[in-house]
Amino acid sequence: MNKEKEIVLRIEDVHKSFGENHVLRGVSMGIRRGETKILIGPSGTGKSTLLTCINMLTPPDAGKIWLLEDEITGSKRVNLLRQKIGFVFQDFSLFNHLTALGNVSIGLTKVKGMDRKKARKKALEELKQVGLEEKASSYPAQLSGGQKQRVAIARALAMDPQLILFDEPTSALDPELIGEVLGVMKKLANQGMTMLVVSHEMGFARSVADEVIFMEGGVIVEQGPPAQLFSSPKVERTGQFLSRLSGLFGEEGEK
Amino acid sequence: MTFWQVIQQSWSPMLDGLQVTMQLTLLSIVFGLALGLFLALGKVYGWKPLRWFCTAFIEIIRGTPLLVQIFIIYFGLPPYGIRLSPLEAAVIAFSINSGAYQAEYLRGAIQSIPSGQMQAALSMGMTPWQGVISIIMPQALRRVIPPWTNEFIYLLKYTSLAYIIGTPELMAQARFVASRNYEYFQTYLFAALIYLSIVLVFSEFFGWVERKFRIPGFEFHK
Repeated sequence: MNKEKEIVLRIEDVHKSFGENHVLRGVSMGIRRGETKILIGPSGTGKSTLLTCINMLTPPDAGKIWLLEDEITGSKRVNLLRQKIGFVFQDFSLFNHLTALGNVSIGLTKVKGMDRKKARKKALEELKQVGLEEKASSYPAQLSGGQKQRVAIARALAMDPQLILFDEPTSALDPELIGEVLGVMKKLANQGMTMLVVSHEMGFARSVADEVIFMEGGVIVEQGPPAQLFSSPKVERTGQFLSRLSGLFGEEGEK
Repeated sequence: MTFWQVIQQSWSPMLDGLQVTMQLTLLSIVFGLALGLFLALGKVYGWKPLRWFCTAFIEIIRGTPLLVQIFIIYFGLPPYGIRLSPLEAAVIAFSINSGAYQAEYLRGAIQSIPSGQMQAALSMGMTPWQGVISIIMPQALRRVIPPWTNEFIYLLKYTSLAYIIGTPELMAQARFVASRNYEYFQTYLFAALIYLSIVLVFSEFFGWVERKFRIPGFEFHK
């Protein structure tokens, strides 16, 4: 539905090994502005590695990655490109010594050089966006898992990113807290945020994903709109995995 | 002589000594902290040669007696043209020695911060240095306060070793007083009580600092 929009992220034949373990064996894909793509697949398949390759926390061994016109993989000043790529971690990784507000505003003051007052105002707006403005002065240890993850999303949003990468954002959460995080993500998707999400929340995938990508063994096995992939996958293995996943539906997906 | 008389007679030279002891302690702990920060950051984040240098430095200093270090600096350097006053030599020796220990406390605290904190800092566009300064160190320094308090107390008492090279600190003054009044037990007891009360004041103070900077929500994890 976004076929005419510009390509925000382009990945070309990315490889990554850890010692003997060839985790990514040539992955290529792209995301257009406003698209939400969901990455699924068994554990150890390289989904998380692919995400950390995109922002160069794990530099790929081979292959190229572009953010709009900039090649991330060849960049000397990768920190400038990372500002434009939000990252939401499975374990939240909020800065423990800062309040919710501090977590959201520190990137604005330290990285973007915004003055404190402006940063504070913008951070409050982002917290409002995730429904947590009343928790602005709480520290991470005083928040529930769902609240922590929403603060982490606000922290990513504050940098006005071109896209946000989500690495299993709900798999560290109690079942009753998952909804509030997925709710925020759904809202973002509807507002036109470009998102690449590693997740096994099939309900979420069905309702917001433009495309579901099934990865296994370090390669993309199959990709397509959720309706098509769920009802009539072209590759047998995709169907096997999805049916096993739907057996687990409502439970935590595997890592 | 009663204990009270000993105190009355000796409080003035003893307080002079205490002043030198505090000078020694405070200068050495501050220089030692600067050195310790450099060594710890070098050991954790430095490129290989710097890492090796920091590790070797720490091991050599921790592996040799403090008294030997004091003697090398005070008696060993003059032939090479470096003549230091007893106070200077003591401050340098204590700073170097304390720096090596502080480095290890700091390194432990830095490495106890989960790696996800740095990953999150980098992924929002911070440089590694910004991540260390804004995210890692504020948390590591809080965690280092209890062992650092220990180091401060050790150092305060180890400065008594400086009497050997003639630094007029509290221990040297106590020896001087006792050699005159021959009341060894009571004079050294007086010195011990002064050390004890200063240590209690500082450990109370650092306990207050620790509580003041504690991160809310972590009260029960400590």
